[in-house]
Amino acid sequence: MSEIWQLYFSFFRIGGLTFGGGLTMLPMLKYELVEKKKWISEDDLLDCYAIGQCTPGIIAVNTATYVGYKRKGIWGGIVATLGMVSPSLIIITILAMSLQNFMDNQYVVHALMGIRSVVCALMLGTVISLGKKSLVSIVTIIIFLIVLALAVFTTIPTIIIVVFSAIAGIVLKSVEACIKKTKQGGDKE
Amino acid sequence: MNIYLLLFYEFFKTGLFAIGGGPATLPFLMDISEQYNWYSLEDLSNMIAISEGTPGPLGINMSTYAGFHTAGILGGLTATFALVLPSIVIIIIIAKFLENFSQNKYVKGAFYGIRPAVAALIAAAVYNLFQIALFVPTDTGTQISIKAVVLCVVLFGLMQIKRLKKLHPVVWLIFAAVVGVVFQF
Repeated sequence: MSEIWQLYFSFFRIGGLTFGGGLTMLPMLKYELVEKKKWISEDDLLDCYAIGQCTPGIIAVNTATYVGYKRKGIWGGIVATLGMVSPSLIIITILAMSLQNFMDNQYVVHALMGIRSVVCALMLGTVISLGKKSLVSIVTIIIFLIVLALAVFTTIPTIIIVVFSAIAGIVLKSVEACIKKTKQGGDKE
Repeated sequence: MNIYLLLFYEFFKTGLFAIGGGPATLPFLMDISEQYNWYSLEDLSNMIAISEGTPGPLGINMSTYAGFHTAGILGGLTATFALVLPSIVIIIIIAKFLENFSQNKYVKGAFYGIRPAVAALIAAAVYNLFQIALFVPTDTGTQISIKAVVLCVVLFGLMQIKRLKKLHPVVWLIFAAVVGVVFQF
């Protein structure tokens, strides 16, 4: 089998066998790409993850594109990504189609209402672990609180908030670096 | 405008600005729900449940579902391809031209601001989800549903127990579905 097909099927397997995406995919990616296929080294995979996390989009897709591109150029990147999303497309479409026919069933309605509570619990867990990772200083906590207030009480589009927080981050980071520098300079004198 | 073009435009935007992976798409999906009435917040809650309970990246599953709900199979395909297109372009550019992208001073700075902002955006989206999941509509407005709150608190508590932490989300979803049917949620 040519490597381009192997790329497709490897990422198809990864997409079809892991739940949740993002960080939960790392062990599966490591097994398939580093240990089994030996396409990239573990360090490369972690680098790729770092890039995936600081670029827009789904982290699993970013990783697939990156690995595919490194192996087989632009087509490799596209094929690997298609492999990654194919299982989702198939499974979700089938489920959504069958669920549509049962939406009037009383049992399904009760079950979905119950599931709503578990979705809340799961998402609350996601928010807490995200908070632990990203609220690392007073400044980040302040940004968090400002954005939370804006998102809950105003209708400012999400995109605007993301763009402004990026600009704020660049400015604040260079201010912090500047303060550090002058402090160090002061110590020397 | 044509529904597929609109879907493409909205999910392309989501793919371009949802930084931080799957959960980061949630605030955008809520924006879309408010703007177009393609799906309700209740539908979105079902989409999250199904996306958490099936294989594949959360963001891809939710886009496929939202697209399908809006415009059928072709809608699901359109939304998903629109979502991944910005990633493909950006990652290939970075892989080709930018060495040490994640070590760049400006990239690091931008993420210093974006990380807590995204956490807050997701928290706000989850707050909205809480409102539709834990409150039931009545003749005079909404009323808190004691059953739903108790189930949510109990489940969240159980999830914090070390031995249960690694349990598959499907287990929780099935458990909640059974509770929902038995106790007539």
